[in-house]
Amino acid sequence: MAHLSLKNVGKTYGGSNQAAVAGVDIEIADGEFIVLVGPSGCGKSTLLRMVAGLETVTDGEIRIGDRVVNQLDPAERDIAMVFQNYALYPHMSVRDNMAYGLKNRKTPKAEIEARVAEAARMLELGPYLDRKPRALSGGQRQRVAMGRAIVRQPAAFLFDEPLSNLDAKLRVTMRMEIRRLQKRLGTTSLYVTHDQLEAMTLADRLVVLNGGRVEQIGAPLEVYRKPASTFVAAFIGSPAMSLLDARFENGQVMVDGHALAPVGNAPGPVTLGLRAEDLRITSTGVPMRVDYVEELGAHRIVHGAIGDQPVAVVDNGGAALAETVHVLVDPAKLHLFETSTGRRMDTRIQAEAVPAQ
Amino acid sequence: MQKIKPLDHLILILGVLFLFVPVLMTLMSSTHGAVEIHSGGLYITPGSDGAATYAKVLTHRGGFTGDVTGLLMLTNSLIMGLGFAIGKIALSMMAAYALVYFRFRFATLLFWMIFATLLLPLEVRIMPSYQVMSTLGLLNTYTGLIVPLLASATGTFFFRQFFKSVPDELLEAARIDGAGPIKFFIDVLVPLSKTMMAAIFIIMFIYGWNQYLWPLLMTTDESFYTLMRGIKSILQVWVGSQIPDYNEAFALAVLAMVPPVAVVVIFQRMFIKGLTESDK
Repeated sequence: MAHLSLKNVGKTYGGSNQAAVAGVDIEIADGEFIVLVGPSGCGKSTLLRMVAGLETVTDGEIRIGDRVVNQLDPAERDIAMVFQNYALYPHMSVRDNMAYGLKNRKTPKAEIEARVAEAARMLELGPYLDRKPRALSGGQRQRVAMGRAIVRQPAAFLFDEPLSNLDAKLRVTMRMEIRRLQKRLGTTSLYVTHDQLEAMTLADRLVVLNGGRVEQIGAPLEVYRKPASTFVAAFIGSPAMSLLDARFENGQVMVDGHALAPVGNAPGPVTLGLRAEDLRITSTGVPMRVDYVEELGAHRIVHGAIGDQPVAVVDNGGAALAETVHVLVDPAKLHLFETSTGRRMDTRIQAEAVPAQ
Repeated sequence: MQKIKPLDHLILILGVLFLFVPVLMTLMSSTHGAVEIHSGGLYITPGSDGAATYAKVLTHRGGFTGDVTGLLMLTNSLIMGLGFAIGKIALSMMAAYALVYFRFRFATLLFWMIFATLLLPLEVRIMPSYQVMSTLGLLNTYTGLIVPLLASATGTFFFRQFFKSVPDELLEAARIDGAGPIKFFIDVLVPLSKTMMAAIFIIMFIYGWNQYLWPLLMTTDESFYTLMRGIKSILQVWVGSQIPDYNEAFALAVLAMVPPVAVVVIFQRMFIKGLTESDK
């Protein structure tokens, strides 16, 4: 158990002058579950591998507990890692797979046995201890990989997209299992995924990465409700937040010549972000052309366009929709971003939106 | 089920006969006396002298010094074959391990240099190799017989390709599990390479077993004679009116076939098992 701290961490590969990861500052408290999320190539895996010691750190400082670990071997860092393809030793039984790391650390035999038995019990792997990994299903292999991490009782767990190779249903089950285990063991965890749903459901705090830089750090709901940039807004949430070009006129935010909501004034163009569930289909409001409807059972998602800008709306009604519908939004739930930088324009909107209500 | 096609079977049966009949003739002829063979040619039916011939071949003290037995030659050949196979596997695995897992300058260049030696057969370097061994005083030793031929481009190449196919995560998992380079090699790579080792063992054992030219040069002492040389020396007594001991030559040839066949049978099972069961 330990806290983890990344100070201005960066990575530049030899031969390239562009940093794969740059200026990452994260303080992770003891027992916290942090999810690194971002599209492929955003540097999240590189960052994790730097913490693991599998990649050299070219900039900044990584601490696990009170030790700076930049120069330490992976084995000396007191971490355990779960890989996407499990990386189980194919020629060893489940038991040996879990025990291998402990054996290398000269742990007494009796203790190894006790820890393996405990992990097997927690993960319900008891009947499979003497099997080889190839005789196990994907979910079971995943559990063995977790068992291998658990028996080590490390300061931190590192997960590198551990659920990506599983089918959708198993992914949901394993997600819950990982979260439950982590809560129970209270081990600091760093988890990498490109799946925003996995990120939202697992994390105590999310770290959204883009192009090797941190876009936003925060609790899942905080990130969801107040995305710091258009990138985060579009990445977190499903369906993705609709981003529209807009401008202000007379205290109203205008989209395609229609006043959408009174929020105050600001010069120049802005990017307006609308969550699908914050939009309502009404008889008045801004006209939206309906392109197609996704029926999800509990609700449906209406995809369409205001002017020529695509918008998605969650609708609970079951009635057939006209070719053009009207949509309204609660002014408090608008997201506004500077068009030039993509940054959130938070304070001004909050200050001016409230009196308008 | 596919329909049985008589023509296909005919071709297969002919192929089997073509390969098997000479072996059978060797075996059968070896059970006849030398005179019978000399006058009657090869036999396809068993004769009556089998037991005596094989016993003589294995235990009869022959050669100039009069203490070379078939058994000794068999032992020598086994030492050659096993030494070759095991030595080559060990050496080429380590070479491949270095080439794949360690970053050092000119690794690729080195690999291609090793690979290029495939173009140079033993015969090309036989004079310098002989001289080196002679200077080191290793003529007439097992070391001299085996060591100069141990470096194997084929083996190194096979193992390199195999190691490259081992997922990197396995190495990373081992590093996190606290396994150093040597531990990783012994605990992970060697067990994973079992099937590769079986395959290379087959090839290299037979290569070593069948060596003729190199032992011929390296050994003058008869106690180092291998079976391959033994067969030759029996047929060499072609002097005067003496009839060569065809039956003994055939018996030795049969004996010379047994170990390679055994190796293939034993290791092939492992080899095929490795091919069909995905280990990774």
